[in-house]
Amino acid sequence: MPAFILSRILQAIPVMLAVALIAFALFAFVGDPIATMLGQEFTPAQRDALVAALGLDQPVPVQFLRFVGRALHGEFGLSYRLSRPVSDLILERAPATLELALCASVLALAIGMPMGVYTGLYPRSPLSRFFLTFSLVGVSLPTFLIGSLLILVFAVWLGWLPSFGRGDTVQLGWWSTGFLTASGWKALVLPSITLGLFQLTLIMRLVRSEMMEVLRSDYVKFARARGIRDRAINFGHALRNTLVPVITIVGLQLGSIIAFSIVTETVFQWPGMGLLFIQSVSSADIPVMAAYLLLISAVFVTINLVVDLLYYAVDPRLRAGRGH
Amino acid sequence: MTEPLLQVRDLVVEFPTRRGTLRALDKVSLDIAPGEVLGVVGESGAGKSMTGAAIIGLLEPPGRIAGGSISLRGQRIDNLPAREMRKIRGKRIGAIFQDPLTTLNPLYTVGRQLAETMQTHLAIDAAEARRRAVGWLEAVGIPAAAERVDAYPHQFSGGMRQRVVIALALCAEPEMVVADEPTTALDVSIQAQVIALLKRLTREKGTSVMLITHDMGVIAETADRVAVMYAGRVAEIGPVRSVVKAAAHPYSAGLMASIPPLSHKVDVLAQIDGAMPRLNAIPQGCAYNPRCPHVFDRCRVERPELIPATETRAACWLFDSTAPRERAHV
Amino acid sequence: MGAVSRFLESDLFWSFRRTPTAVLSAIVAFVIVVGAVFAPWLAPYNPFDLASLDLMDAFNPPAFMPEGTAAHLIGTDDQGRDVLSAIMYGARVSLLVGVSATAFALILGVLVGLLAGYAGGAVDAVLMRIADVQLTFPNILIALLVDGVARAVLPREVHDEIAIYVVIVAIGISDWPRFARTVRGSALVERNKEYVLAARVIGISPARIMLTHVLPNVLGPLLVLATLNLGLAIVSEATLSFLGVGVPPTQPSLGTLIRIGNDFLFSGEWWITVFPGVALVAMVLSVNLLGDWLRDALNPRLR
Repeated sequence: MPAFILSRILQAIPVMLAVALIAFALFAFVGDPIATMLGQEFTPAQRDALVAALGLDQPVPVQFLRFVGRALHGEFGLSYRLSRPVSDLILERAPATLELALCASVLALAIGMPMGVYTGLYPRSPLSRFFLTFSLVGVSLPTFLIGSLLILVFAVWLGWLPSFGRGDTVQLGWWSTGFLTASGWKALVLPSITLGLFQLTLIMRLVRSEMMEVLRSDYVKFARARGIRDRAINFGHALRNTLVPVITIVGLQLGSIIAFSIVTETVFQWPGMGLLFIQSVSSADIPVMAAYLLLISAVFVTINLVVDLLYYAVDPRLRAGRGH
Repeated sequence: MTEPLLQVRDLVVEFPTRRGTLRALDKVSLDIAPGEVLGVVGESGAGKSMTGAAIIGLLEPPGRIAGGSISLRGQRIDNLPAREMRKIRGKRIGAIFQDPLTTLNPLYTVGRQLAETMQTHLAIDAAEARRRAVGWLEAVGIPAAAERVDAYPHQFSGGMRQRVVIALALCAEPEMVVADEPTTALDVSIQAQVIALLKRLTREKGTSVMLITHDMGVIAETADRVAVMYAGRVAEIGPVRSVVKAAAHPYSAGLMASIPPLSHKVDVLAQIDGAMPRLNAIPQGCAYNPRCPHVFDRCRVERPELIPATETRAACWLFDSTAPRERAHV
Repeated sequence: MGAVSRFLESDLFWSFRRTPTAVLSAIVAFVIVVGAVFAPWLAPYNPFDLASLDLMDAFNPPAFMPEGTAAHLIGTDDQGRDVLSAIMYGARVSLLVGVSATAFALILGVLVGLLAGYAGGAVDAVLMRIADVQLTFPNILIALLVDGVARAVLPREVHDEIAIYVVIVAIGISDWPRFARTVRGSALVERNKEYVLAARVIGISPARIMLTHVLPNVLGPLLVLATLNLGLAIVSEATLSFLGVGVPPTQPSLGTLIRIGNDFLFSGEWWITVFPGVALVAMVLSVNLLGDWLRDALNPRLR
């Protein structure tokens, strides 16, 4: 097992380095940080001092290494737009995004998986057809439109739920949570549905097709030939085998929820990292964009590792050390 | 003949397709006596596996039984509700599939799969099921069965896995087993061992076997009687010795002549010209008539039923004693 | 004529006629495409003709509502623009960007896939690794990054002028890997076939072998991918425009219209947002349904 995990970690390093290189290239070659930071009026001396301070007089590979070193310490410089350290900005915004992503993921999994299993088992039932139509609409409805419609119905017409912001939050150290107040929970409902719906339909369709594939397999037929009860076949043999491929894709999907939150946060004016990122894109605030990119990549790589561990727990073929 | 254990009468299996309904089995009839091994042979697509699948009630949709009957000890089982049929599968009719690499669930230990089968059908507790699982693994010749019972399928070789499959098919002590090409996917060197094992275990328990294969060698060694299938119909059925040595139906005769004899050297093996018709192009009358060397007019018009031939029963007008023989040419 | 009758008798057309959703989707898609392409001739008003705009007409509700007028079937927006006309012109931009971005992704993906599949070895490994890494990131994020970089690199006036091309490239770049993978898979298989070896021996250029032998083999899957990708690309464009980083406001797409309308949701003028939304969903849904049907129809295993 350690060898397996180690090889996965080793595979992740070049990916992170490649992303870091892109982020660094954004930093180093896009726009003019000096002009941006000093504004219109500055003396050559001021300029040279800043160049030296930022290390821009060093050779490019050295600059890159320093960039990686600083990034490992969580330093990404100052935001061009807000003139505050990027790391502070991100730390402030992270709890909002993470809480939203968590709720959306739980929603997508808790509803998407059972729907997928059901439609896989009974593809011809009317309820399955309804679920499938629903999922097609879910895939075709752009996230921002779902958000707008939910706002229109539940905030404007019915007035049940708030349409923007996080409600009241409670500060736990540097972490601000909306989980401890009623208004915080209410504020989470619409954004979570908006963010989770697309993943929900995706998970449902994926589980369904894998389930149907597994139900066609020889070992399921053989289990039927042995007279095993349908319940044991469907929820034991079939579901467990379905989980092996589903875990990978679902893991990646949950990772992308954090990135997809850009749109949801814009619709609901949710004060998270996505909103920060979109504001940075419109104002070409490179340090924030680079930091966000690195952060998202780190999340993806971590999720990939967790997925591999889960795989390992589910599939005995990996435990036997045969690899894949 | 004693009362048959399994009786298949005029079984018709159809597949609706967009270009019309295909008849995959057309009035198949055969019996299996208690403790008997019935070999079923024929080319691929002749309907051997389909017959097996129909008997265990696991036809692939959209295939369905459109006529005839299947009875187990006199009780109709082709029209049972799914719940009732499930109780018969594994408990009274076991099954062995072709490819041991894919028939075992990769995520369950072999012991769990054995125990699951026994606990589904027999009133025993988990400890007893596990004890018996070890016993079955020993019985099918798995070394160190007490440890291997907790191993996963991928930790066994192909031959060993097929032994596990045999144990799974027999562990609830069924009255008969449908073995569909049980050795085809195995290494040649292991085939004989697995067949010998199957034969020994079923003889000990008095279990009937429907042995589906295209390997006449296996049939000759193992079966008591043999049914030859062609284009979804039974062409001939009878004692294995008679069919091998003195086949009555021209198709069986051709099939037997195409087997290389081990006893002496031959220069040229016989072969049957042409190919088996596709299901949507089965000729009128006898399905074999375009390829038959003894064909005469009646064969092209009227379909022959199984009738007594020299030592077997054959679906061939050559043996119809009630009508005058009007052979076109011999 | 031979080609037409061959098509009408083909399995594909047979399956099409047998699938009501496919027929319905085709009709919806056809209506939208015609409405969009011929918007300047078919639309009741020209929403960009400032002279025809009258603020007195602003916020007119749809005709079926009490205060609605028949002059504006589905109402007007804050500028007094006819929503229906704005939708027709907006669909034009959405379609243009979607189709162009898909074509861009298709061409880039096919070229990379052929190169990777034919060259094999290190070239293949590097190209496919890039594709894999990119595939793990949501395409909207990639598109946003490309767009953000373009904003940082280009002077403002230049950027505004070519914004629509930037969006096309941004979306195209975010979508190429799936095309590349499909083509590469097929190229790898074909590369080792006898006839390709034979063609190489008699000196036919690799590029020609790829184009004449490998490409035709993947046309079916590519067509399915492209159709499904068109739906995605349209959504991506709408999303970018909704976020305010897509096409410029002077050429509003459906996404832009929805963003503009969003500001009036709270004051009750829902039609400014809802109708462009309905048009967008109808467009994407019909394209997706056609793509789904095509995939099933071309996949013989599911028949």
